[in-house]
Amino acid sequence: MPEQLLFTIEVFLNGLMAGVLYALVALGFVLIYKASGIFNFAQGVMALFAAMTLYGIMNGQVPFAHLINAIFSTEIHYFGWNVPALAAIVLTMGVMVLFSWLVQRYIFRYLVGQEPIILFMATIGLAYFLEGVGDLMWGSDIKTLEVGLPQGGNFWIEDNTRWLGFGNEEFYGFFIDSLDIVASVVAAVLVLGLVLFAQYTKQGRAMRAVADDHQAALSVGVSLNFIWILVWSLAGFVALVAGIMWGAKSGVQFSLSLIALKALPVLMLGGFTSIPGAIVGGLIIGVGEKLFEFLIGLPYLGGATENWFAYMLALIFLLFRPQGLFGEKIIERV
Amino acid sequence: MLDQTEGYTTADGRKIGGVVMEMKNITLRFGGVEAIKDISFDIREGEIRAIIGPNGAGKSSMLNVISGFYVPQDGEVWYKGSRRPPMKPYEIARQGIARTFQNIALFEGMSVLDNVMTGRLTHMHTGIWRQAIWRGKAEAEETANREVAEKIIDFLEIQAIRKTPVARLPYGLKKRVELARALAAEPSLLLLDEPMAGMNVEEKEDMSRFVLDVNDEFGTTIALIEHDMGVVMDLSDRVVVMDYGKKIGDGTPDEVRNNQDVIDAYLGVAHD
Repeated sequence: MPEQLLFTIEVFLNGLMAGVLYALVALGFVLIYKASGIFNFAQGVMALFAAMTLYGIMNGQVPFAHLINAIFSTEIHYFGWNVPALAAIVLTMGVMVLFSWLVQRYIFRYLVGQEPIILFMATIGLAYFLEGVGDLMWGSDIKTLEVGLPQGGNFWIEDNTRWLGFGNEEFYGFFIDSLDIVASVVAAVLVLGLVLFAQYTKQGRAMRAVADDHQAALSVGVSLNFIWILVWSLAGFVALVAGIMWGAKSGVQFSLSLIALKALPVLMLGGFTSIPGAIVGGLIIGVGEKLFEFLIGLPYLGGATENWFAYMLALIFLLFRPQGLFGEKIIERV
Repeated sequence: MLDQTEGYTTADGRKIGGVVMEMKNITLRFGGVEAIKDISFDIREGEIRAIIGPNGAGKSSMLNVISGFYVPQDGEVWYKGSRRPPMKPYEIARQGIARTFQNIALFEGMSVLDNVMTGRLTHMHTGIWRQAIWRGKAEAEETANREVAEKIIDFLEIQAIRKTPVARLPYGLKKRVELARALAAEPSLLLLDEPMAGMNVEEKEDMSRFVLDVNDEFGTTIALIEHDMGVVMDLSDRVVVMDYGKKIGDGTPDEVRNNQDVIDAYLGVAHD
């Protein structure tokens, strides 16, 4: 096979893997948007916060250490123990559920029935607040999350695809990051789980009911409050998973929260209300930006097209199909 | 006067039981507007109770008070022999009061079967973890509830559209699906907000038949609001008449029909 084609395939595969991570973030948006009509700007910060909390718990960090030290002039930073990764993940999930409850109890309970733009502004406020609390709680230094996920290229795939080059010395087999493979599998399981949960369980049915019609949901005995906490918790769980994957890939740091911005074009493509849409949208953006960079960006445009390609694609979609690929059709009745 | 505990026998020989729900001196205000003024009436077990009145009389407000969507400023609601504290609508639904809406509130994106299954939510008690694992108790519960839902779908003759998304159905069928969802909860009190509004004669006849059949077959207590006087008089055992938020009549269809206040309210009266 010609070299160029092989490299293109490799870029395509890597694009798919990157797309899975985008999709993971977008998924959190879709969950909350569907059930409550809130576009949660804080989703990215939630992923950052979850990753920081996970790191803090694993390493036995004292929460609010700086604050405590400043007030009581002490010098405590660590409890001096380490929590195994799995237990820490469960504990972090507990923190995310508590966070969901607080958000519902102290913010959105008072904003029920408000304009979408007001709800959106509230989530922007929430994003900055959570960012500050995260820094105060666990410190703002860059952390490396080590939860036992594999790092680096996958040699098995590299070794077993080398023959595709048919003796071409330039081709060493496909280079695919092991972490990306794990992320893809996890994301696939997560999506399948969420879809099955929504379709076949009592709470899932109640969730869909709330997403569809609040009044009717109340009339069949569904507590809106409970469902909203549940949905925020699920979004918190998705944020945790995204936080772990991105954190393991590029470190737990502020820029993690900016992946939320990458989720926007994904949602434009996939539609704000569709779980499969988030996945397909993520994959298209991932593959699209990698292939564009490789085939057009680098040779003709001087590179760095990955920064804007996703947004340009989203813009084109907005012009021709504003509801996205899978979103509900926008019908205005007169 | 009706006996408070014994109940009565209807003209067609059905036995009506004791009081299920009693409204005592209910007053509901929206700002300065009194939508309901000091109204009292009761609903008895097994009866079909209608609330009628001209537009803006406060009928729907009354239904919303019963189902908890509105909270009255004054008065007491007694349900199954005890005074009901202020509650959220979903808590009231869990107590066995199901309802339909004047402007159909169905889950448009879901199939008919799924809609009816949401009516069973109050009967599902397994916790979220068991539900997530989806084994044993959760599975058995789903099967049992599915059977009830299918029975009701059969009963209301909507088998043919079981899997159809509700959004695609015509108006009349949507009304019937909404009835099915409310009925699926096996309510002790079923509230119907204008079940025949906007229907043609044939659809009205169908709906009337279903309301009677439901009452007959399951012994469901039904309270309904309706505009069509002919339908109301044929269907109901007792009727409350409202006008401008006040109760102006209460009794059997015949009594109400001959009540001078009611005639005035409907036909208008010359003020001299």
